[in-house]
Amino acid sequence: MIKKNKHIMKIKTMLLVSFAFVLAFMISSCETDETQTVARFTELVMSDEFDADGAPNSAIWNFDIGTGENGWGNNELQYYTDRSENVTVQNGVLIITAKEEQFNGSNYTSARLLTKGKFEQTYGRFEARIRLPYGKGIWPAFWLLGDDSNGSQDWPQIGEIDIMEYVGDDPTRVFGTVHGPGYSGAEGVTKSYELEGDRFDTGFHIFGIEWGPDYINYYVDDVLYNQITPDDVPGEWVFNRGPFYIILNVAVGGALPGAPNAETVFPQNMLVDYVRVYKNSNNL
Amino acid sequence: MMGKSGKLEHIYTSTLVNKKEIKMKTIKFIYKKGVFFLALAFVINVSCERDLSDEVEFATFPATAEVFTDAPIGLGTNFYFPYEGSKPTAWSVDEKVSYEGIASMRFDVPNVNDPEGNYAGAIFRIDGEGSGRDLSGFDALTFWAKASQAVTIGEIGFGEDFGENKYVTTRINVSLTTNWVKYIIPIPDPSKLIQERGMLRYSAGGIGPVGNEVGYTFWLDEVKFEKLGTIAQPQPKILNGEDVAQQTFTGSKIDIAARGLTQTFNVSGKNVTVNTTPAYFTFTSSNTGVAVIDEKGVVDVIGKGDSDITAELGSVTAIGSLKVTSNGVFPGAPAPMRPEANVKSIYSDTYTSATESNFTPNFGGSTTQTTEAGSNGDSVQLYTNNNFTGIIFNNTVDASELTHLHVDIYTQQSGTNVELQIRDVGANGEIETNVFNGFPSGDDKDSRFTASGLTVGSWTSVDIPLEGDLASQKNNLGALILVGGPDFILDNIYFYKE
Repeated sequence: MIKKNKHIMKIKTMLLVSFAFVLAFMISSCETDETQTVARFTELVMSDEFDADGAPNSAIWNFDIGTGENGWGNNELQYYTDRSENVTVQNGVLIITAKEEQFNGSNYTSARLLTKGKFEQTYGRFEARIRLPYGKGIWPAFWLLGDDSNGSQDWPQIGEIDIMEYVGDDPTRVFGTVHGPGYSGAEGVTKSYELEGDRFDTGFHIFGIEWGPDYINYYVDDVLYNQITPDDVPGEWVFNRGPFYIILNVAVGGALPGAPNAETVFPQNMLVDYVRVYKNSNNL
Repeated sequence: MMGKSGKLEHIYTSTLVNKKEIKMKTIKFIYKKGVFFLALAFVINVSCERDLSDEVEFATFPATAEVFTDAPIGLGTNFYFPYEGSKPTAWSVDEKVSYEGIASMRFDVPNVNDPEGNYAGAIFRIDGEGSGRDLSGFDALTFWAKASQAVTIGEIGFGEDFGENKYVTTRINVSLTTNWVKYIIPIPDPSKLIQERGMLRYSAGGIGPVGNEVGYTFWLDEVKFEKLGTIAQPQPKILNGEDVAQQTFTGSKIDIAARGLTQTFNVSGKNVTVNTTPAYFTFTSSNTGVAVIDEKGVVDVIGKGDSDITAELGSVTAIGSLKVTSNGVFPGAPAPMRPEANVKSIYSDTYTSATESNFTPNFGGSTTQTTEAGSNGDSVQLYTNNNFTGIIFNNTVDASELTHLHVDIYTQQSGTNVELQIRDVGANGEIETNVFNGFPSGDDKDSRFTASGLTVGSWTSVDIPLEGDLASQKNNLGALILVGGPDFILDNIYFYKE
């Protein structure tokens, strides 16, 4: 896609003449373009393409159920379930649905999937292709948590890499963050990425990191927008050990997005086309 | 088929032969004309597998984005058309104030007592019959605006051309501050706007207590159509998003367009709603044996039974619906027998009306839906969900020689009671009501009568003497106020003498 783009720029004057070419370009830009020039790791070690309808593949995914402590530490309002109303695979995508309903004392339900104990890895390229939900109070995320060695280690010492977070009342912006000791909670080291003339809730976008010793590179689609290194964090760098597991969830309410308001439409869906993990080919 | 353009006709011929060939022809044509509108035509053609139609011609209108930057752009010479009663000189180009460049649009909203007009309002229309712009590639009208003081502008929009006014789109109650702020008016469905002349419309009154409104100034700059890409998640609505049930009869018409058509978009995270016209919608009747609906949003009830009226805008189902229950042909009210000389009629098929009247005064807080149904030269007024409404006479009726008001009432629900308040509006001709107790004030007088014990399924004739407070003042009858019901039908409303 990048190459084609450049090509078009060069022959700008030919653009009008060559309508067929323009059309071809337009069609290709509508399709899934999975070329990742910003990412260098190419050895695929795990992927879920969500091609089998029904419940998510239990060889890869667990679920967090309930409300956690204090709404998963953030005063979130949803009750997580593994019911098909909240999480299902259909037509090649994983669908996480946040609903407004009374359920076990909560006013909302949703789902949180995690690969803890099923797929964990240190370093590598983690990416997912996602269409995000929207609306005030909607807080989806694609993130990694460090393994807690069967509970013997605590957050934030275990480390947290938020590959993509987003609040539904700011549909043009996502942000990537790391949390560790001395930079947990609101003190996380973060950077946002804004789409120009487009939104994250109207089409699929690729969110990923490439993570190696002493660095984490953040990208959206074909744009590398941040690199975080030990120099950037105000505490211990806890990302040179692992392994880390993957989490996908849609939270409702909580400290970060605030509560849903009258404009928030329910249900809201996060669609995940795939999750892929590549090996750090440079540091096996 | 194409008429004007020989080239397009040529493409049309090719369509029938070979798709590939059209592509080549289209490319050539685009190259010659140098723009992509024809590309659009090409895409439409191929994707729909239809013959090229008149749309191809429409698509050749310019896609100019700007309406005003430092001067009006591409509007021609004669483009400013004030609304009736507005101050015609309210708009000017201000070369001292601008957001960008050297000038802005300045609007001086007059004081309410300004002899030239008591508000500001106009359309900006591209000059020339048959002109227009192709706005289908944009998703919003945008501008920067500020005012001499914090103020709410009643209406700002586009799509009004004083012709068919087909695609009028308006954002109401736009709050301006004294700082420049960018405002966005989303296009409900850009694909409809392939030849639009109405580039901008506005209406603004003064601020302050009614009758003492004071003027102010506001400015717009960099007024243009844009493709923002951040406008999404449409939530079109009909009937203000409500599911309304309405009892009616064959022969009645229900105007959905007059009852709240809107489009709401999420614009960068917050909802923006615009008022729209029926032309943006596609309406559907679930039972065309009972009701049909035209492109203007008017339901024609043509048979007995139920029909659900729903709508789509840009293939998104609109929130809100109308369930029409038609009770078939209703039994006509008994024909009045009194001699015409003894009657001053408000509403009847028998007598000539003494005055025209307004049957839908839209009182604040009123839930009433009023429609007229008619068949075989016999029309009636249907009242649905009435809490209070009125029949306002355009001219007062002098009933000093008359003794009674006659009304025929029909209901299908037992327990229906309708209060009729006959109002004399006094010499000043204005309806004056104490807002705390609802009784007449000023020089007004009324007489009240509750029609109860109505026979279900047939007409009840009611004759109300013009007595009480009206005994001494009935020379300026100006209105009938109707309270309660809630569902009933009226016919043969007239004053008479015994």
